[in-house]
Amino acid sequence: MQCQICKTKTATVHLTEIVDGQRTESHLCQNCAQKEGVTIKSQLSLNELLGSLIAAHQQDENIDSEKSRRACPNCGITMEQFRKQALLGCPNDYEFFGDDLRQIIEKTQDNNLTHKGKVPAQTQTSSNARLEEPNKAEELKRQLSLAVEKEDYELAAKIRDQLKTLQ
Amino acid sequence: MRLTDLSTKTSRWFDPAVPLSDIVISSRIRLARNLAGHRFTCRCDEEEKQKILDLLRQPILSLSELGDIAFIDIAQGSSLERDFLIERQLISRHLAAGRGPRGVVIAKNELFAAQINEEDHLRLQVLAAGLDLEKCWQKINSIDNAIGEKIQYAFSPRYGFLTACPTNLGTGIRVSVMMHLPALKMTEQLKKLFESAKDMNLAVRGLFGEGTEAVGDFFQISNQVTLGVREEKIVEDFQTLIIPKIVEYERLARDKLLVKDVNILDDKISRALAVLKNARLISSHEAMFLLSNLRMGINMGRLKEIPIETINELFMLTQPAHLQINKGQSLNAEQRDILRAETLRTKLN
Ligand SMILES: [Zn+2]
Ligand SMILES: [Zn+2]
Repeated sequence: MQCQICKTKTATVHLTEIVDGQRTESHLCQNCAQKEGVTIKSQLSLNELLGSLIAAHQQDENIDSEKSRRACPNCGITMEQFRKQALLGCPNDYEFFGDDLRQIIEKTQDNNLTHKGKVPAQTQTSSNARLEEPNKAEELKRQLSLAVEKEDYELAAKIRDQLKTLQ
Repeated sequence: MRLTDLSTKTSRWFDPAVPLSDIVISSRIRLARNLAGHRFTCRCDEEEKQKILDLLRQPILSLSELGDIAFIDIAQGSSLERDFLIERQLISRHLAAGRGPRGVVIAKNELFAAQINEEDHLRLQVLAAGLDLEKCWQKINSIDNAIGEKIQYAFSPRYGFLTACPTNLGTGIRVSVMMHLPALKMTEQLKKLFESAKDMNLAVRGLFGEGTEAVGDFFQISNQVTLGVREEKIVEDFQTLIIPKIVEYERLARDKLLVKDVNILDDKISRALAVLKNARLISSHEAMFLLSNLRMGINMGRLKEIPIETINELFMLTQPAHLQINKGQSLNAEQRDILRAETLRTKLN
């Protein structure tokens, strides 16, 4: 995005002002922002950042309007609504919106698409039973890399064996 | 617990006795969690919100490791009470402005808070004074595990913890450190800091102001990426690399000021003190700005007659909702400016 004032540099300062319920946005480069006295007055919040990313994404590709009106059967949200408010309606949406959402996640999460962190204590209920196996493997891989980082090769070997029996 | 029990005291995370506290004010870790089988808060009707609140409140209140804790009903509270909790960093603006059944469980020492029906069903936070993210992580991780044993979180093996906004997806972790960086500001190096922060996928936000405005040179540094990185790695990077580096830059800038611009520095500090000691009307914005200069003066050894505790206390006591809660009545802007000036004169003279 170009700076609105000098129209040459990239806009890195994004301001959102709400005056009398009217929302105005301005996008400036660091230099012009400083001249305007807004240096770091208001950095874009994550949600707003996501909002602008989604808007850009929408312009990029001429999104099939029928597809963007497809509603999640669980919460009723459509991709179109998500683009407006930057919030999903239910956990099911991550699966339901599949590829469309994946592209947005990739952009906001520095190209990461796979969880590497902790796993909750309770994931093994009946509806989730089928998810248990890959989970366990992920968790073991995580422990393995931790063990290697700590140079605990004995533990690493043990975890590797457990992984083998899983696969 | 009554809010007036808290309102006359400085928050525990504002503790000058911990290492680096001249630059690093506090550490915070937040985890975003949602219940499996429920819609996210923004799509819930009142009934579903009530159900979620009931499901979460008891298990959290019964966690023995939290010590003395209380539930505060945000839907029932006054807007003054909500503002007060925002000023003490115990709830978000989002929770305050929300609708329907919602609330917060807070530990009496204010170092733990669990917001229910925020943007996500559950937002856990643990605070510590100074730079102590490892302790925050241990504590919040064990609280999260204990809750996770009683409740089924929305989780997918691929994406991790599922959150209402994809910017929190995966670990749901937000690590934030509040820093006081007046010398970087005075030497015009903040721009450099913001640029390198951006390259490292960090967010930098101003603190203590309305909305996101930076007042008094306080900044909050936090991670933006929550997916595909282990929690321990994010915590370790902040604790051992990112924050120490910023502390080092701020120290260098302070040393440089002492060598090159000591007159400008002393002038700034003395003027701040003169205004704060004499003003009859002062806005919260101006007070924060001048208190920040005093804080810098004390921490740089230029101002010796005022203890740092007094400044930290004034940062809290002069905020709008604090003034009103302590006065026991709601005040308009002019009345607040008078009372704020009075409080400052009493404490500083
Ligand atoms: Zn420009
Ligand atoms: Zn849905």
